[in-house]
Amino acid sequence: MASKQRASSEALIRIRNLNKIYRMGGETLNALDNVSLTVNEGDFVAIVGPSGSGKSTLMNVIGCLDTPSSGEYWLDGEEISRLRENKLAEIRNRKIGFIFQGFNLLTKLTAIENVELPLVYRGVPAKQRRQQAIEALGKVGLADRVHHRPVELSGGQQQRVAIARALAGNPPILLADEPTGALDTKTGVEVMGFIRELNSLGHTIVLITHDPGISRQARRIVRIQDGRLNEEEAGPE
Amino acid sequence: MSVFQAFKMAIKSILSNKLRSLLTMLGIIIGVTAVISLVALGQGATKSVTEQVRSLGTNLLTVNILGRGSANTMDAGEAAALGEEVEGIQYVAPANTQNATVKFGSSSESVSIVGTNADYAHVREYEVASGRFVAQIDLDVYQKVAVLGYTTATDLFGFADPVGEYVLIQGTRYKVVGVLAEKGSSMTGSNDEVVIIPETSFERLFKTKGVRTIYVQVETTEQMDAVVAGLEKSLSNRFRGNTSSYRVFNQSDALSALTSVSDTLTLALAGIAGISLLVGGIGIMNIMLVSVTERTREIGIRKAIGAKKRDILIQFLIEAIVLSGLGGLLGIGIGVGAAQGASSAFNMDIAFSANVILIAFAFSVGIGVAFGMFPANKAAKLKPIDALRFE
Repeated sequence: MASKQRASSEALIRIRNLNKIYRMGGETLNALDNVSLTVNEGDFVAIVGPSGSGKSTLMNVIGCLDTPSSGEYWLDGEEISRLRENKLAEIRNRKIGFIFQGFNLLTKLTAIENVELPLVYRGVPAKQRRQQAIEALGKVGLADRVHHRPVELSGGQQQRVAIARALAGNPPILLADEPTGALDTKTGVEVMGFIRELNSLGHTIVLITHDPGISRQARRIVRIQDGRLNEEEAGPE
Repeated sequence: MSVFQAFKMAIKSILSNKLRSLLTMLGIIIGVTAVISLVALGQGATKSVTEQVRSLGTNLLTVNILGRGSANTMDAGEAAALGEEVEGIQYVAPANTQNATVKFGSSSESVSIVGTNADYAHVREYEVASGRFVAQIDLDVYQKVAVLGYTTATDLFGFADPVGEYVLIQGTRYKVVGVLAEKGSSMTGSNDEVVIIPETSFERLFKTKGVRTIYVQVETTEQMDAVVAGLEKSLSNRFRGNTSSYRVFNQSDALSALTSVSDTLTLALAGIAGISLLVGGIGIMNIMLVSVTERTREIGIRKAIGAKKRDILIQFLIEAIVLSGLGGLLGIGIGVGAAQGASSAFNMDIAFSANVILIAFAFSVGIGVAFGMFPANKAAKLKPIDALRFE
């Protein structure tokens, strides 16, 4: 209860002076250059930038897939920039729901098994897991496609399964990396509408895209260029 | 993640790639099959050798008289007296053997004639099927009586009862007083083609003096060594210290020598089969390594949504163990079948032992652990961002 209160009073994501330096041969590359960013609960932030701007690096760091070279990263009241790999895996599992560009579903598993997977690694008992997965699939409107495999689903449906997987564990943050990148315009619009709806239901969303049309749907736009971050005016409320 | 969950995942993954899984398991299957069937055949050989030696009689010593100068035999009475001289002897049967023709009516057979005493039946474990065996009184009065072996009796008399009939041995009439029960053959040849007559009658019939073989049965196995020493001592006295004029042959020495030969054989067979099991393990490692590379993206996804190092390690390790364990089980089934097939096709003895089967299974699972560890560790160490980027 106490941690819940602290989470609501503090920002969900608080990044201070974050650097990520790659060394390639003799040269050093500042993929992230003194980046600071705050995301509050219920926010819908779009991070936009051209390729090579460092947005993938930022998303990897926010998603705990990579660790920064220096700086602070507070996620849900916890400083995580110096944590070990196993601890990061646990944080990814509990705090972050990933929505990838290429869906990244496991092709050999059915929709429900894919959605259950994060709960398996969390150690949720089978019965409860099943129930939560069905609930999440219901939320994305795929209650009748529970036992289909990814190949038996359309691109839009696959992305909705991926969203259901992100939702199943009820994480505080949804991290979407070019969620419409692999979809045609029409299904892309549908999926974006769905993500907006999730935001209006109270989910905090961080969206990474290079498409201004997509980013305008967010409430807040952050621009990244050469590893530096610039806050922009909010999109349509 | 529970181990049970990991098992479910492993079985799902194995079933989704049936042909490859089967080919991967093939090495283990062949290895375990080889171990089970070869060891079964080896142990069968040991068992049949042991049984054959046992069929000669338990706790049996054989004394061979080689003689000294012209005295190359030993008086039968003296030989029988050894039983009193040496402590721990249960039966003493001096025996002479000679090949001769036995005739009944128009049919004749060439068999070995044994001249001995009443103890011979105990020592060689003969049972009398009908009539009686040679008795001490027959020896005392030079009775011309004969006991026929099972095969000799049927060869000469067919289904008729030979007891009370007369046969001609070397032209001399002998009364048949008994027929032996069937015993089967041993290393020393058929035990059923034999005619047993009193030792004294034998000496008279073949114009010989004394015996060259003495069968001695010892009361207990523990007394064997003491009896051997006792016999050697009294024989040494008799032959005036000439130790080369007699040999005391210990049945159990022969048994242990033969058993150690076939045990070595079994071990060698198991070793060769074990090597093929090892090769099978390397096959599993090979395929698991390919599988890890192929499934890099899957590993990346699993890690991104919260799989820890340990979870991935367990997943791949259990997959390797399930593969090798399943291969082991199939190998045990096929091995038992193959051994039984070989035994009925080539008329060989086989013996299965639960120990060998358990060890073969445990070994195959162990190989899964040993050779699954490297690929599983490789998978577990993948970084999620690299693995996700992998195409």
